[in-house]
Amino acid sequence: MSALLEIRDLDVHFSTPDGDIHAVKKVSLDIAEGTCLGVVGESGSGKSQLFLAAMGLLAANGRTSGSVRYRGQELLGLEPRELNQYRGSKITMIFQDPLTSLTPHMTIGAQIMEALTLHQKMPREEAERRIREILEYVRIPEAARRMKQYPHELSGGMRQRVMIAMATITGPDLVIADEPTTALDVTVQAQILEILRALKTDKKTALALISHDMGVIAGSADQVQVMRHGEVVERGDVDEIFYAPRHDYTRMLLGSMPRLDQEPDLAASSAKLLLDVEDVKVTFPIKGEGFFAPPRLLRAVDGISFTLRAGETLGVVGESGCGKSTLARAVLQLIPPDSGQVVWLGRDLTVEKQDAIRRARKDFQIVFQDPLASLDPRMPVGVSIAEPLRALEPGLTRNEIRARVAAIMRKAGLDPAWINRYPHELSGGQNQRVGIARAMIVEPKMVVCDEAVSALDVSIQAQIVALIKSLQAETGMAMIFISHDLSVVRQLSHRVMVLYLGRVVETAAADDLYRDPRHPYTRALLSAVPTPDPRRERARKRTLLTGDLPSPLDSRAPLAFLKSRRVDDPQAEQYRPQLLEVSAGHFVAEHDPP
Amino acid sequence: MTPAAVRNAQTLERAFAGRSLWADARARLFRNKAAVTGMAVLGIVALLALFAPYVSRFAYDGIDYSVVTCAPDWWPFEAACKAGPGHWFGTDTVGRDLFVRVLYGARVSLAVGFVATLVSLMIGVLYGATAGYWGGRVDALMMRVVDILYSLPFIFFVIILMVMFDRNFYLMFVAIGAVVWLTMARIVRGQTLSAKQKEYIEAARAAGVSPFGIITRHIIPNVVGPVVVYVTLTVPDVILIESFLSFLGLGIQEPLTSWGVLIADGANTMESAPWMLVFPALFMAVTLFCFNFIGDGLRDALDPKDH
Repeated sequence: MSALLEIRDLDVHFSTPDGDIHAVKKVSLDIAEGTCLGVVGESGSGKSQLFLAAMGLLAANGRTSGSVRYRGQELLGLEPRELNQYRGSKITMIFQDPLTSLTPHMTIGAQIMEALTLHQKMPREEAERRIREILEYVRIPEAARRMKQYPHELSGGMRQRVMIAMATITGPDLVIADEPTTALDVTVQAQILEILRALKTDKKTALALISHDMGVIAGSADQVQVMRHGEVVERGDVDEIFYAPRHDYTRMLLGSMPRLDQEPDLAASSAKLLLDVEDVKVTFPIKGEGFFAPPRLLRAVDGISFTLRAGETLGVVGESGCGKSTLARAVLQLIPPDSGQVVWLGRDLTVEKQDAIRRARKDFQIVFQDPLASLDPRMPVGVSIAEPLRALEPGLTRNEIRARVAAIMRKAGLDPAWINRYPHELSGGQNQRVGIARAMIVEPKMVVCDEAVSALDVSIQAQIVALIKSLQAETGMAMIFISHDLSVVRQLSHRVMVLYLGRVVETAAADDLYRDPRHPYTRALLSAVPTPDPRRERARKRTLLTGDLPSPLDSRAPLAFLKSRRVDDPQAEQYRPQLLEVSAGHFVAEHDPP
Repeated sequence: MTPAAVRNAQTLERAFAGRSLWADARARLFRNKAAVTGMAVLGIVALLALFAPYVSRFAYDGIDYSVVTCAPDWWPFEAACKAGPGHWFGTDTVGRDLFVRVLYGARVSLAVGFVATLVSLMIGVLYGATAGYWGGRVDALMMRVVDILYSLPFIFFVIILMVMFDRNFYLMFVAIGAVVWLTMARIVRGQTLSAKQKEYIEAARAAGVSPFGIITRHIIPNVVGPVVVYVTLTVPDVILIESFLSFLGLGIQEPLTSWGVLIADGANTMESAPWMLVFPALFMAVTLFCFNFIGDGLRDALDPKDH
């Protein structure tokens, strides 16, 4: 079989004020017709630039050399007009962020129409019919109505479907998908990957799937290419790469992937009750539609209760918009809850004065998701780390502070000589270590990790998870570990709580929950998580949720799994599903039988 | 720790703190030729103004009726009389040396510029940061006050002040400062509002830092960039306002002078004695150019998008 796309010795250089950057180094690859090539690598590996260069889409300061052949036709060095015969019709691209790659002021119908009629002349009715067909093919419900909507009216998953529709309507031979699911929730990711797989089997379209996620690659690719620092370190069949990796880097990548089927060894927790959260609610007023319309209430956290014992880790899982971050902030009194109690060591924090809460912060700290955003850009990291110490343990001398900062930096895997560095001079992983050091310096009894490893590359993520584990073993602190990633939560948690639209749908000891999920939402979440195991991925039957998360402003939404008790009025007060104990410590919200 | 050791640690910290975004900004500022030239020229003008009494042998209020309205000796055009050696810029209508008067005028103009800007800086930063940090009703109320003050006609306001308190030198600082801080407050409030949303502010709250600590340690340092730029643009503004007031006769009083007064006088005798207009106007124009160049340079140097 001859190759559809042949790349030979492709070199990409960027000239920047800081000198020349060699982003892609003599990369060669072949994509055969109707197959899927997975390109995997961490950030900065040049995997995106490789394909941007092949498509002639490099930034102005980029230079390419080598050869890119599509069915024998050389693409490099073609004039844009000649290149456009292939680009956008025979070879199309899907990008990570569908919001920035769709034009905001055009309806999606008009945008797809443009992509279609630019390459093929046809009557308007014919074009509209084909657009409706393709929108139905990518499973967008009510296609005719959606065509008249603007990109911002659609959810992230819907927008990505529109991108796929745009990319496939011209009947391309090759679709290049650059991290198509990275910005999406797992359940939506599973739906999108399903569509991409269908594209390959039904339409015989070849696919170049670029991803940092070995799990995504395992389920979709036939061939895999592992990239690092602009070079291909290993290539081969998907099974070869996953079951018999030859290169150390591939092995390291696979080893750092958190897996659902791995039982972690966790330090035992004690019986001492630290935190008792009782029916906490947080609502945000959302401006009404009209000028005089009363604000509507968004129930971000809608009556959540849980307890936390010393040395225990509670994993909090849910998709975006489920209220997990708001819950963390309510527990830490960063957002005062509207009702409910947060009892810390017998003291109800919700009735305490601001200053008393501030002093109590010595016992509970937080690590944020985005390490760069959560550090003051104008403060050396040493000063940032020392900040809780200065605020909460006044009266320490400068030398004592210095010694404590140096000690915690060493523990967090940072060189104490870096105290005078600025956040922008450190890498993402190093900055996250700074964030952890800042949280740990006052020796808190509890640390909340709000998506603390989500923004990091897998290998760094594995290091940070190991660091958190070792710090917990050493200090015996309790933890609330919030993440959308069920496999990371598995590695750290004693107990897991699954949230759906501000409410708990299931909570249990981690082993019980992962072995025997009862709620349909938990099951859907678990089945959507891709695992770096191609045979299992191929054999697996998925319970896919259809559609997107409903709007949390709709009072009917939280009853998506208990439709039998639902009153069909968006404003009405609805039935609240109760948590039922199905076995010792395993609570499941009421739901309709599947 | 001994005091010496503390000092040592402090200087060490300062030394490291210098190698920062600010150091980058400084390096970029010094690479900007227009800004560097502006700073150099401005420095020369300021030094001249400072040492004015020692530069020339004439006094700023020394009247000499033998050289009334005389052109400098090197004046290439026709003039009624020549002022003689030492009068480099000629003399005015009562025979005072114009060079010394321009330099004394520089003292007043630059002093007004800096002091009024400083006043507006202090009031504006405090007011704006407070409104921005508290937000909500406090913010709405404080900013409506600013809006109302904005809408007062400035000259009318100055005339009322002059009538109420009599004309005096210091009142002018107050009058100008009272008007200029409004814009400063708005800028600082806007910057504070956006800084407040940042995650590192939430991180500082979670770390247990007090509200005062958050404002002084996190918000103000992050707001300072645009403020510094605005300051350099305010100074020339204030100098212009002062000359405008003096031009109207509401400003500085004889025998003291400022560039505004000198230009007003010069404008009256523009046809018979153009040098009386040209020299003060030249000094003022050059100074304003310098400030604008420095402001532009600072803006480019501190703009994070340029990094």
